[in-house]
Amino acid sequence: MIPDRVSVSPALEVSKRPNPFKRVGHLWQYRELIGNLTRKELKVKYKNSILGFIWSLLNPLMYLVVFSLVFNIISATPVPYYGIFFLSGLLAWNLFNTALGQGTSAITSNAQLVTKVWFPREALVLASVFSALVHFFLQSIVLLFALLAFQRSPDYSFLPIFLFALVVLMLFATALAVGLSAVNVYLRDTQHLLEVALLGWFWLSAVAYPFGLVQTKLEDKWGAGAEWLAGLNPVLTVVITFQRTLYNPDYSGTSTSAVNEANSLPYHPWTWYMTLLGGALAASLVLLFGSLWLFSKLEDNFAEEI
Amino acid sequence: MGELAIEVANVTKSFKVYQEGGQSAKERLIRAGRNPHIVFKALDDVSFEVKQGETFALLGHNGSGKSTMLKCIAGTLRPSTGKVVTRGRLAALLELGAGFHPDLTGRENIYLNGSILGFSKTQIDVIFDDIVEFAELSDFIDQQVKHYSSGMYARLGFSVAINVEPEILLVDEVLSVGDESFQRKCIDRVRQLQGDGRTILLVSHAAELVRQIADRAAVLDHGHLVDIAEPGEAIRTLRETLARRGIALLAEDEDVTEPPPAPKYADPPSLTVPVVKVDKELVITKVVAEYPDPEAKFLLPNQPMRLRIDYFAPQRVTDICMAFEFQDLHGNVIFGDDTQTMEQPIHACDGVGAVCFDLPRVPLLDGAYLISVTATTRNGGQVYDRRDLQDRFEVMQPGRQRGTVALEPKVVHFFHEPSVGEDAPEAEGSDPAAGPGVATTS
Repeated sequence: MIPDRVSVSPALEVSKRPNPFKRVGHLWQYRELIGNLTRKELKVKYKNSILGFIWSLLNPLMYLVVFSLVFNIISATPVPYYGIFFLSGLLAWNLFNTALGQGTSAITSNAQLVTKVWFPREALVLASVFSALVHFFLQSIVLLFALLAFQRSPDYSFLPIFLFALVVLMLFATALAVGLSAVNVYLRDTQHLLEVALLGWFWLSAVAYPFGLVQTKLEDKWGAGAEWLAGLNPVLTVVITFQRTLYNPDYSGTSTSAVNEANSLPYHPWTWYMTLLGGALAASLVLLFGSLWLFSKLEDNFAEEI
Repeated sequence: MGELAIEVANVTKSFKVYQEGGQSAKERLIRAGRNPHIVFKALDDVSFEVKQGETFALLGHNGSGKSTMLKCIAGTLRPSTGKVVTRGRLAALLELGAGFHPDLTGRENIYLNGSILGFSKTQIDVIFDDIVEFAELSDFIDQQVKHYSSGMYARLGFSVAINVEPEILLVDEVLSVGDESFQRKCIDRVRQLQGDGRTILLVSHAAELVRQIADRAAVLDHGHLVDIAEPGEAIRTLRETLARRGIALLAEDEDVTEPPPAPKYADPPSLTVPVVKVDKELVITKVVAEYPDPEAKFLLPNQPMRLRIDYFAPQRVTDICMAFEFQDLHGNVIFGDDTQTMEQPIHACDGVGAVCFDLPRVPLLDGAYLISVTATTRNGGQVYDRRDLQDRFEVMQPGRQRGTVALEPKVVHFFHEPSVGEDAPEAEGSDPAAGPGVATTS
C-alpha cells in the first residue's frame, strides 16, 4: 500500500529561509510530531523509574515545606494559608522554569536528529513546553489536595482569566525558548547563563513573598497607581493572576485573617488583570515573531555547528 | 517523465573555520574584533539536476563535499548562496536509525520516526506490519531499542525509511552496513523502488555499488563539481582526481614532470637518448603503457595494449632478461612474466632501445594498475635496473559488470521437461522428444 502518492508534487525550495508565518504553518503540519515528541519526553523521563511521575509531585512538596518554614520565621507580614498562596504561584513559576530550561537545550540535546532529518526544529522546543505543561497539571494535584484539606475554594469567576494567563505564560516561555535554543547551538553557555538568570527571576516574580509588598514599595517610590510597573515582568503578572484565582483572598475585611489576605494580594478588578495580561500577550507575540526570525537565520548551520 | 525531482543551482556552502580556540562565549569574546578564521568552501558553485525516476549518485573522496551536498538537499543545512528545489516527499536514509531513542520500544520508535518523516499515525498503521516484517524483528518489536544489536538497529532504520515509500530517497553510505543477506535485500528493495519510478540520490565512495545501480553520477572534488556522466565514466574521473592529487604530491617531492603523451601506437618507438650518462650497465629510462587509441586516457576491457620499456645501455649487454608485473591498487599481483619464461629471449642490448610486450587482449574490467619493470641477467642473479610501481595504466569499463576480470559468460539454460502423461503445457521452443530441454541465449 502506498500512502497518498501524488504524481506531480509541488516544488519546494529547500534552500529558502521560511518566514515566521510559514514556520508556524510548518509546525501546524507537523502537529502530530509535536505530540509524539512530547510523549517521548515524558516516557523517556519516567521509564525505568519505580515512582514514575510521583517524582514530579515531590518537587513542589519539598519547596512548600522549606518555604513555609522559612517564610514564617523571617517574614514580618503574615500571609494566612501561606502553603496555598505559595503553591498557586509556584505552579506558574515551575511551568515557566521547566518549559524555558528544557526548551533552551531542546535543539542541542537532540543533535542526532537535527543533523540527519529535516522537520521544523521548533517542534523540539514545543515538545519541551508541552511536556512541562503535562507536569504542570500533575503538580496541580498537590494544590488540589491542599485546597481540599484547608477547605478553601478558588474563585471560579476568574477561571477564564486564569486560562488566559496560562496561555500567555506558555506563549512567553515558547517565544523565549525558541530564540534561546537557537543561540544555544552556537553558544553553549546560554543554558548555564539561563539557569543563573532564572534563579534571579524567581525572586522578581512574587512567588515566595506577597505581591502586596511589591505594590507598597512601588507606590512609595513612584506614587499611587504605579503598581502597573510590576506588570513589566510577564511572569509576575501570570503569578498574581494564579494567586488571585487559586488562593482567592478574602476581600471582606471582616477578620484579621481576611485583612492579612487582602494585604498580601491587594484588590484589583478583573479589568486590571486583563490589561496587564493583554500587555504580556502583545509582548510575547512580538518576541515570538523576533525569535522565529532569529531561529530561521541561525538554523542554516545547525547541522554543522551542533 | 521529464519532470525534475531535484534541482541544484549554483550552490555554494561556506563555513568559517576558526584556527584556534573553541565555541564558548569566553573564547568568542576573546577573539571578538579580530577574526582569525578562514572561510572554507565545502561546496563551490555546484549545479546539477536529477530527473524524476532517475538514480543519481554523488561520488567523491572523503571531504569532497558530497555529504554536505546531501544535507543541503535534505534541508538540514542551508546553502550560503544558490538554490535547491525538490519535488515530492523526501526521506533520508542517513545513518540508519538516527532518530531512534534507546529507551523506547521498537514499536514506539517506528511511530516517532514516521512522524519525523512527516507521516501521520494512520499512515504508519497501514505500513507498520511491512516495516516489522522487512526488518525481521517481529519477536522484538515491543522491546526497548537499547537491547537491540547494531544489526537489528540498522535493519529497523532502513526498513522505516524504505517502507514509507518516499518519492525521493536519499541514501548516504548505508547500503554497505548490516550483514550480507540484509544488504542484498536492501539493494533489491532499492531496485524495486527504481522500478516504481522513484528518484534515488545516492552518496557513496563504493564505486562498484554506484556502477550497479546508478543511472548517472556526479563527481565532486574539494567542493567542485568535476564531472557528470554515466557511472563508468564518472568512476574513472573519480579515480583520475584521486590520482592527480597523488601525483601532485609526488611532484612536489621529487620534481618529476609528467611524461609527454605516448606516440602513436602503430609507429616504431621513437628513441630518445638520455641526458645523463650513468655508470650502470643498463638503465630503464621510461616505461609506457600504450593504448590503441593514442588520444585515450584509458583502455577499454579486452582492448590490446603495448607495454614499452625504453632502455639505455652504455656498453653491449648480452646477458639480459626483461620482466614486468601488474598490480592493482590493493597490491594484488594481477599478472607477471619475463622474457626467459616466455622463451623469447632478448639477444643483446646496446645503446638506446625499447623492449615491448604486446598484449593482444587485456581482459581486465575496471581500475588503475601499477606497472613494475625489472632488467636482470638471464638467471636473475644480478639486477641491472628496476622501476617499481611508478607507471600505471587504466581500464575504464562502460558497462555494468563488476569485479576485476573481463570474463565473457554465455547463458545456457537447462530445464526439466514435464512428462507427457501430465496435462502440462508444452515447453516453448523445445523438442518434446528430447529429455531435458536446452535453450541458449547469446
